[in-house]
Amino acid sequence: MSAHDGLPGDWILVVGLEVHVELATNTKLFSASPNRCGDEPNTNIDPVTLGLPGALPVLNEHAVELAMRIGLSLNCTVQACTFHRKNYFYPDMPKAYQISQYDQPLCVEGYLALPGGKHVGIERAHMEEDAGKSTHVGGSGGRVHGATHSLIDLNRAGVPLVEIVSKPDIRSAEEARQYVSELRAILVAIGASDAKMEEGSMRVDANVSVHKPGTPYGTRCEIKNVNSVRSVGRAIEYEARRQVEMIEAGEKVRQETRHWDENDGRTHTLRTKEDADDYRYFLEPDLVPVAPSHEWIQRVHAALPPLPAQRREHLAVMTGQSADSEAVMSVVERGQDHYVLAVGHLGGDTARALVYVKEAFADQGPDPAVPAIDIAGLTNLEVEGKVTATQAKAILADIIANGGGDAAAIAAAKGFEALDTGALESVVDQVIAEQADAWAKFCAGDGKAMGAIVGAVMKATQGKADGKLVTALLNQKKASRP
Amino acid sequence: MGIAETVAQVKSGAVKADFLFEQKLALIASRYTEIHAFNHVMADEARAAAVAVDEAVARGDDPGPLAGVTVALKDNMCTRGVPTTCSSKILEGWRPPYDGTVVSTLKTSGAIAIGKTNLDEFAMGSSTENSAFGPTRNPLDTNRVPGGSSGGSAASVAAGFSDVALGSDTGGSIRQPAALCGVVGVKPTYGYVSRYGLVAFASSLDQIGPFTTSVADAALMLDVIGGHDPLDSTSIPQAHPSLVDVLGQGVEGLRIGRITDLPEGADPDVQERLEVAFDALRAQGATIVDVQVPAFTFGLTAYYLIAPAEASSNLARYDGVRYGLRVEAADTNAMYGATREAGFGDEVKRRIMLGTYALSAGYYDAYYGKALKVRRLIHDDFDRAYQQADVLLTPTSPSVAFEIGSKGDNPLAMYLCDTYTIPTNLAGHPGMSVPYGTGAHGLPVGVQVLAGTLQEPTMFRVAASLERSLA
Amino acid sequence: MTAADVAKVARLARLDVTAEELERMTVQLDGMLEHFADIDALDLHTVEPMTQPYPLVNVLRPDVVQPCLDREEVLAAAPSAEDGRFRVPPIIGLDL
Ligand SMILES: [Mg+2]
Ligand SMILES: [Zn+2]
Repeated sequence: MSAHDGLPGDWILVVGLEVHVELATNTKLFSASPNRCGDEPNTNIDPVTLGLPGALPVLNEHAVELAMRIGLSLNCTVQACTFHRKNYFYPDMPKAYQISQYDQPLCVEGYLALPGGKHVGIERAHMEEDAGKSTHVGGSGGRVHGATHSLIDLNRAGVPLVEIVSKPDIRSAEEARQYVSELRAILVAIGASDAKMEEGSMRVDANVSVHKPGTPYGTRCEIKNVNSVRSVGRAIEYEARRQVEMIEAGEKVRQETRHWDENDGRTHTLRTKEDADDYRYFLEPDLVPVAPSHEWIQRVHAALPPLPAQRREHLAVMTGQSADSEAVMSVVERGQDHYVLAVGHLGGDTARALVYVKEAFADQGPDPAVPAIDIAGLTNLEVEGKVTATQAKAILADIIANGGGDAAAIAAAKGFEALDTGALESVVDQVIAEQADAWAKFCAGDGKAMGAIVGAVMKATQGKADGKLVTALLNQKKASRP
Repeated sequence: MGIAETVAQVKSGAVKADFLFEQKLALIASRYTEIHAFNHVMADEARAAAVAVDEAVARGDDPGPLAGVTVALKDNMCTRGVPTTCSSKILEGWRPPYDGTVVSTLKTSGAIAIGKTNLDEFAMGSSTENSAFGPTRNPLDTNRVPGGSSGGSAASVAAGFSDVALGSDTGGSIRQPAALCGVVGVKPTYGYVSRYGLVAFASSLDQIGPFTTSVADAALMLDVIGGHDPLDSTSIPQAHPSLVDVLGQGVEGLRIGRITDLPEGADPDVQERLEVAFDALRAQGATIVDVQVPAFTFGLTAYYLIAPAEASSNLARYDGVRYGLRVEAADTNAMYGATREAGFGDEVKRRIMLGTYALSAGYYDAYYGKALKVRRLIHDDFDRAYQQADVLLTPTSPSVAFEIGSKGDNPLAMYLCDTYTIPTNLAGHPGMSVPYGTGAHGLPVGVQVLAGTLQEPTMFRVAASLERSLA
Repeated sequence: MTAADVAKVARLARLDVTAEELERMTVQLDGMLEHFADIDALDLHTVEPMTQPYPLVNVLRPDVVQPCLDREEVLAAAPSAEDGRFRVPPIIGLDL
């Protein structure tokens, strides 16, 4: 049944997402070495990053501000908060504890509105430091199993993260996909993160369970290693079906962490909660609380740019489209909505501009390398009927290839010069006269005959005629036959 | 000769820093293994620093406020390129790639860092017997301990190996050895001196402070090393008033508190010297008032739950991955276990175990959580007492220096050495030990002066008056 | 505190204690905890835990890059290094 994502019977899917995002700061969360990926291993290191004896953390102000931006964009309450140590041993965790937020996170109790309007609750968004990277050598495909040894690069250690924890409000794989895309769009829009799932600057863990109406939530499994928006949906769908099949076969779902394998499209047990970690959380004595003042929060709030939902709404109104139409969604996602609006401000037609930008600017960034005035000129040429849609497309390709150009001049050069309605009508009349047979059939209701006549008009005008206009003329002439 | 005088002479060119340093070096060499104050003598670096001071003087440049003053550093302070071991096998041979803040401050002040002093491993102990490299002996009686954990620093000053020394005090590790070696030792208010580069034992308790032969020297040292450090988030963000300036102000009108419910256990010779101290201050115009600090007695328990808990986390980084000892094993987890088992001594392991337990699931509330509440009680009780008294006077150590090996294998007996010093660390307050005559076997006795947060000036006025009363 | 508790704590703390140590520590730690029971008599219900000796808030650092440590110097001090990275035995028994 489609409402519950292909689950058989009346099974209900319950999903909560934990999303880690790397913040776009210059330096790490607690030290002044660069937050930059792609550098030579172990070059962005300092005493704090290495967990050297005697090193002490000092909190990055900009990281706090970006975390506040995230919280405010997700309608959270931003509050006084503290840091805790989460103690566990792992070779890419230099101090053998992660500094994270525990019972007093920076942001709590918000929501994210999906494009369709549904609100997914946000439990918290907290700051924490990232770990380094381990490379496993000697095993197959860089996996832990079979490795002879591992190598540790600490460039990523200490990079600021915000972990955004949703409430278990998501009810389908599609909602999960929408949640992740919308969150990504927000993070990019507010400049908090580049949020690239493929590169790991945004990482999604999904808590998945299934239950029947009127019964408590089922045992949940946490799915890790989901590296694209598409996999978020696939992994959840797979996992939900696995759980339903288990329960229907009389087995029990075990609470465990599972690993999504992109290649075989399955989730696999990573570790069960039986060897539950004992993290021995306690307040980090080397740091002091953060208590953002009302003024600070207000300042951050006031400086927030319009969020994707608002921008979609605005673009929709200005172009006469719906806010969740494909064109509006994708143009806003690419950050090109301001460009479409600029075309309008320059006297162009925003509806046509939206279509051009959606179709032809997929490779361009938020600031297309084409003067908006040229696009405005082209939209007007087309709207005024001076060129056909097909011709406009050819002109647009020309403008993009040359990084700009006057649409009218290009049209003239291409010989697209105005075949106005009067001229077209005389050609049509001439063709009707020449193809009396076809015309008679057309008037008798034979659709195929129309194709022959339109084709002849096109041939006679060397393709300069607007197909739609020709059809309109033919219908008009048929109706006004004596 | 006080260090202020040394600095004046070096600055005037009357005496060469290099000459003073070579004298110290010769003295160290003459009793090097006998006392074992040092894990490492920085002969080359120190000579270069002394020569640089002399050259600056010759050029007419200001060599700094501690020009030519020889300083011994507890071997838990990071010194760039110079071994920093914490007297542990797990850090044996490790040379930090950076200087701690106090170390760089000393360098720019013209001080001559002459070596790294022995300590109880990771500062856990009260006798400097828990060093992986063997105990330090008390220069006044080499069968006895110098106290701990900063025993090497105390011994260095007592033996004249250095003009002054720095130690760290988590539960009494500066004040107790100062008392046992007959020198001045100060633990400032938490946050007074930067901890950046001090290898952490218990982060919310650790403070760096000086060992000196006089109260005036201690004041000058704190005036130089105290102050805000942006690299330490817990560093107090303000400048501190000069302590050197208040030394002559006397105690006229000050209220000196006697804690009437102080835990018993101080030896009679120690108690007797404390009474003499009260009398001396009264004679100089102070009023003696009785105060109560009921939670004082619970300090030991709170401390031995909080400090090991923080330590268990602070010492988790010694895992054989990035620096220090590694014992190779088949997999990383086995490597961790083998490395840490081989690298840590008994007392350190004991405290890691205790602290891990106090924080672990199901026990946090019963142990660590409860200890934090007791800590609050202690702090508040002190604050109430400081409404009635400007400073409090107690014994520093329950006894004079004891014989090496005499506490045997009983950790609790050793812990009781810090009964009088521990509560101050829990409260975050300053405290100092002033040598005040001798007790049994002619060994020194220290009197502890305690004060409220940032009340160092009052504490130093009292300490200076005590010192004068002996002259 | 039982020998089993001590063994569990030793595992958490990554200390491969010997059987002899385990026995000795069980006695010592148990003795300490007995001594530390003195605070059980206190009524602490209304007492706020004290975690910071000197209350400060909002200690923040500007987001400005400072020079890094030299990789070769750092790796030279490591027990084992390879390809500019710290080398460790295979990571098993730990999660991915
Ligand atoms: Mg999580
Ligand atoms: Zn996290």
